[in-house]
Amino acid sequence: MGMTITEKILAKSAHKNKVVPGENIWINVDILMTHDVCGPPTIEIWQHEFGEQARVWDKNKLVIFPDHYIFTANAQANRNVDILREFARVHQLPNYYDVGTERYKGVCHIALAEEGYNIPGTVLFGTDSHTCTSGAFGLFSTGVGNTDAAFIMGTGKIWEKVPESIKIIFDGELPPYLTAKDLILQLLGDITTDGGTYRALEFAGSTVQALDMEERMTLTNMAIETGAMNGIIAADAVTKKYLKSRTTKKYEIVTSDPDAHYYRTFHYELDKIEPLVAKPHSPDNRDLVRNVQGTPLRKCYIGSCTGGKLSDFKAAAKILFGRTVTVPTFVVPASTATAKQLEKETYQGRSLKQILEQAGCVIAPSSCAACLGGPADTVGRAVDHDVVISTTNRNFPGRMGSKKSEVYLASPFTVAASAVKACITDPREFLK
Amino acid sequence: MLKSIKGKVYVLGNNIDTDQIIPAEHLVYSLTDGQESKKYGHFALSGVPSQQAGLPRGNVPFIRGNQDYSEYTIIKAGANFGCGSSREHAPFALHQAGIKAIIAESYARIFYRNSVDGGFLIPLEVAGKQSDNIKTGDTLEIELQEYSIYDHENKIKYGLKKLGDVLPIIEAGGLFAYARQTGMIKK
Repeated sequence: MGMTITEKILAKSAHKNKVVPGENIWINVDILMTHDVCGPPTIEIWQHEFGEQARVWDKNKLVIFPDHYIFTANAQANRNVDILREFARVHQLPNYYDVGTERYKGVCHIALAEEGYNIPGTVLFGTDSHTCTSGAFGLFSTGVGNTDAAFIMGTGKIWEKVPESIKIIFDGELPPYLTAKDLILQLLGDITTDGGTYRALEFAGSTVQALDMEERMTLTNMAIETGAMNGIIAADAVTKKYLKSRTTKKYEIVTSDPDAHYYRTFHYELDKIEPLVAKPHSPDNRDLVRNVQGTPLRKCYIGSCTGGKLSDFKAAAKILFGRTVTVPTFVVPASTATAKQLEKETYQGRSLKQILEQAGCVIAPSSCAACLGGPADTVGRAVDHDVVISTTNRNFPGRMGSKKSEVYLASPFTVAASAVKACITDPREFLK
Repeated sequence: MLKSIKGKVYVLGNNIDTDQIIPAEHLVYSLTDGQESKKYGHFALSGVPSQQAGLPRGNVPFIRGNQDYSEYTIIKAGANFGCGSSREHAPFALHQAGIKAIIAESYARIFYRNSVDGGFLIPLEVAGKQSDNIKTGDTLEIELQEYSIYDHENKIKYGLKKLGDVLPIIEAGGLFAYARQTGMIKK
C-alpha cells in the first residue's frame, strides 16, 4: 500500500523507508519557530536542561518572531520580548525579527511564509497551535509546547505519532461571494472540533488547486480547530511561483500515492456551499449566514493569521468601497508586508488602505492583537457583553477578551458586509 | 510515578479549551519565578463560564478568593479536554493549582503531549462509559498500577485505559528525564 504525503515526509525525516499510522517515530526537525509568549519559557527550560554553556542545535533553523503582545504597556509582556532579544543577541541568531525595527514582521505563521521558511517536503515545528498553517506549502508542520520545543532546540529531534490522514476534497469554481474561510467552516461543522484529533488533514480538489497561497493557508491554518496534528496541501506551480522570490533552497515536491490509505474522505461540491458563520462558542458551531442574518453587533474584526492576509483585505475592500461601517471595525494586517501592500494594492483606483480608512475602519499595526484577547490594552479586545463578528479562528468563551462576549467567525466578505449594517449580513447583498 | 492519587474531584464538561484553562491575558507571567508563577495557580480555570464551573451544579469556584492553590486534586472532564492553543502554561497552571491527574473521555493532542512531556500531570482516559454520577467535591482514588478509579461517594470502581507508549515518559517524570534515562541526551 502507498503512503500519503504526510507519511512520506515523516518517513524521510525519520530516515525510514516507510512509516505507518500509529507508529511512534523520532523525527529530525528542519525549522523550529517560536514567539514572545512561548519563546521565553522554552528558552528557560532549554537553559535549565542543557546548561549555561548550551548551544542551539542549528542557529539557521531557529526562527523567532515576536508577534503576540507587542503594542502594549504591559510590563511583563515587554519583559518577555526583552528576553527574546537578549537570547538572540547572546547566541547571535540570524533569524530573529525584532520589534521596533525594520525587521519586525508581525504574525509568525504569515511571516514564515513571506520570509521563505515554508519549504515543501520539510518538517517545521512551532510553539503555536496554528503552526499547521505552513502545511499549505506541502510540508509537515505542527504545534508543540515549551518542553518539546526546548528539546528540539537542544537536539533537533522530537518524537511524534504518525497520524492517519483524512482527505478533504473541494471541487468546483469558488463563487465570488465565498472565500477559503467558508470552506473550512463548512468542514468544521461536519468533522467537529475533535474529528481530526491526532490525524492529518489533506486538502485537495480543483477548488484548492485554484486558490492562491494565502487562501490555501486559511484552510491549513484552521486544521487545528478540528484537533488535527497537521493540515497539508501538495505543492504545485502556485507554490513554486510564491516561493521563487522568497527562497533559493532546493526542494522536492511530495505527493500522495494513488493507493495511499485514508481514514476518511470528505467531498464537497462548491455550488452547494453558502456563506457561513461559526456561532458562539465553538468553531464547529456552523450555520448559514442567512439563518443568523440581523443579529446585532458591537464590534467587527478583520485580522489574524487566518483572516488578516492581503487576500482577506481585498475581499473586505470590495464591499467597503464607497460605503461606511456603522459599528467599530478593527483592521489588523497579519504582517508588516501586508500592511505595506494595503497602500500599494488598488481597487477601483483607490488603495485598499484608503478604502478601509474612508469606510471608517480603525487600522492597527500588525500583531496577533485581539484574536486571542491579550493584555487589557490590546486594540479591538472584546469587552463586557460585546457581540463580535471576526475573521479569526477561534470563538471559545473569552477567546477575544471578555468571558461574557460572544464571537461569530466568518469570511472577510461576511464581516465587511456585517460592518456596514451593524448586524450579521449575507455578503451576497453587496456582491450582486 | 505516583502509585495512587486520592483527592477531591472537580467536574467539567466537553471541549474545555486552553483559553478556559488559562486565559491568554495571563500568559505574560514567568513560569520559573517563584512569586510570578503562583499566578498561574491563582488563575487556573478562571476562563470557564461560571455556570459550567464545577458540575453538575455549576458556579463552584476552582480557586477560592486570593488563593493560588485549589482544594481539588483531580479533574474529571468530557471529550476533547485542552483543545485550542499550544500553551504549555495550561497543564502548568493546573499543576500549580495542585491537580495531579485528569480523567477525561479524550484529549487534544498538544495538551496531552504537554502534560506528559512537561511532567505536569497524568492525563487519563476512562475505559467504556464514564460515570455521570461523579459530582464536584466527591472523593476519588486512582490506582495507577491497576488502571482503576474508586468512587468513594458512590462506592463504585471504574476502569481506565492503559497509558501505552507514553507510560515510560510519565514514569520518568517528563521528556527530558526520559531522554536521560534512555541515553538520548547526556545526564
